Amino acid sequence: MNAAELIQSVTSRYADRVRSSHDYRGDATIVLQHEALVEVAQFLKEDPALQMNFLMDLTAVDYSTFGKAAKPAFFTSSGVTLKPSSEIPDADPWPGPPGSERYAVVYHFYSMSHKHRLRLVVPVDESVDDLDTLTGLWVGANWLEREVWDMFGITFRGHPDLKRILMYDGFEGHPLRKDYPVNKRQPLIGPQN
Amino acid sequence: MMLNIGPAHPAMHGIIRVVAKLDGEQIEEAETEIGYLHRGFEKMSETVDYNGVMPYTDRLNYVSPIINNMGYCMAVEKLIGISVPERCHYVRVVMSEISRLTDHLTCIGATAMELGAFTVFLYMIKAREYLWELVEKVTGARLTVSYCRVGGVKADLPDDFLEPCQEAFKETRKVIEEAHGLLTRNRIFVDRMEGTGIISAEDAIAYGITGPFLRGSGPDFDVRKDCPYAVYDQIDFDVPVGTTGDNMDRYLVRMEEMEQSMRIVETALRDMPPGPVQVNPETGRPISASEMVDLAKVGDIEAISGGCAVTGPTLEGSGRAHHASIATEEKRAILPPKEDTYGNIEGLMRQFKLVMFGHGLRPPAGEAYHPVEGANGELGFYAISDGSGQPYRVRVRPPCFAIMSALPELLVGGSIADMTPTFGSVNMIGGELDR
Repeated sequence: MNAAELIQSVTSRYADRVRSSHDYRGDATIVLQHEALVEVAQFLKEDPALQMNFLMDLTAVDYSTFGKAAKPAFFTSSGVTLKPSSEIPDADPWPGPPGSERYAVVYHFYSMSHKHRLRLVVPVDESVDDLDTLTGLWVGANWLEREVWDMFGITFRGHPDLKRILMYDGFEGHPLRKDYPVNKRQPLIGPQN
Repeated sequence: MMLNIGPAHPAMHGIIRVVAKLDGEQIEEAETEIGYLHRGFEKMSETVDYNGVMPYTDRLNYVSPIINNMGYCMAVEKLIGISVPERCHYVRVVMSEISRLTDHLTCIGATAMELGAFTVFLYMIKAREYLWELVEKVTGARLTVSYCRVGGVKADLPDDFLEPCQEAFKETRKVIEEAHGLLTRNRIFVDRMEGTGIISAEDAIAYGITGPFLRGSGPDFDVRKDCPYAVYDQIDFDVPVGTTGDNMDRYLVRMEEMEQSMRIVETALRDMPPGPVQVNPETGRPISASEMVDLAKVGDIEAISGGCAVTGPTLEGSGRAHHASIATEEKRAILPPKEDTYGNIEGLMRQFKLVMFGHGLRPPAGEAYHPVEGANGELGFYAISDGSGQPYRVRVRPPCFAIMSALPELLVGGSIADMTPTFGSVNMIGGELDR
């Protein structure tokens, strides 16, 4: 199936749960309400036309400083803004961050039999325990969700063992959040500054 | 008994901690703890510009660095929407396959060494040295190469690449044959590898495992065949597949993949579109580049007209003649050749606009995911841009992360001695697992 058909097969069935969809650069992307995540994921896995048996990647993005990068004041109109070449038509620009929520959890699915890919973007806020775990459907989601918790602080309801994976156990904070300074040192052993 | 197979261990290449609950020698429960080599790749990439991420990608899967470089570049090129010349695709494919060879040689060599076959390790390291010399001829470095650029590669293959490549492959084939003779029918090796670390195809897919680990269990998913990128769809090669999913099958899959990689490189070198036509040294008078710059600065045009600049070895292969074959046509994406930077004002402006602080490459806002076939499986880069000069988010989908998450299940039920070949065939590379 190509990107448009993939999007169509999901939006036609879950029209009330899908916020938006696009296929920027040919990647079929669907922005979904968080309540429908497990249902849609199960549909993606089990529907014979889709058969997305691989959960390739599970990650998150912190959109709180999107577009607000500090620009040097005297260079506001500088930089080499690129437009794509004519071989890759840019009919629709990217719609932008998926919602007003701070985070978006991004799932990449792949079907080995049909060889197609789909990206699900689920906007969430940090304070609410919104997302359900996908470990019931794909065992590999276990470690991936642990990493999202470790790096962003997004919890997953029903996860068997949500604890730090890349950072050490007593680490404070969630490093990939935009408000965590990149040069902050928190060594387990060593000088603290 | 609780045994802590601690982070620093002679049989664990890479830093990983396994807490095993043992009953005699039988492992009843196992828990892995990773993250000892976490260096914040994703956080650091948000602070530098798009080409500045390249050295960080080298250090992800540090035994096959060019595959990481290529994956990142292709993701960013997809995000921007530019394409590179066909010869550049071929060069990237050749260098990626050489990187894949070094990765498989390291993996099998290390596994064999841990099982006691020290000779095989040394032979494979010897073959790897030949390959690293090849890589050094092209990129200037053996391991952390930073070879690809967004929109091309650093330099073209040198003119005398074919013969050293054939020599290196001859040595590598000899080494692989010797390793086959020493290992494949070796009673001890077979007894330790066959029947250990078995994973079924459904379990592997549920964990998200790809690459040789999955192919050892049956499914023939290879990103180069199923979602072809660069020029892999025009190159003929086979994808070896195992049946039982034990360590022996994965070892055989890797050995055969090395042969297929060499086949890909030989096909690619044959089918590559020709490089640039070299300037005839009689009509194009060679002048040393620094001399040319000095003459141009004082305005002595007659002295330099009709001459062609001769640069030093660092810039070999990245001159103006080569640029058409290694760099995208989009002038705003990639640095100009040095003759243009120092020779005319347009080149200088182009260099300035890409390099100076406050200016720089700014892709349109968007997101793109591009998977490539790493040595361990599907290596995916997911890049998000917000229109500024620095990436907003760069995510690496590490192939051995999925395999390591399945490791506890592979270890339980076996004995401690089975942990060595299983862990070896996982090919855990700390840089990729922890980033």
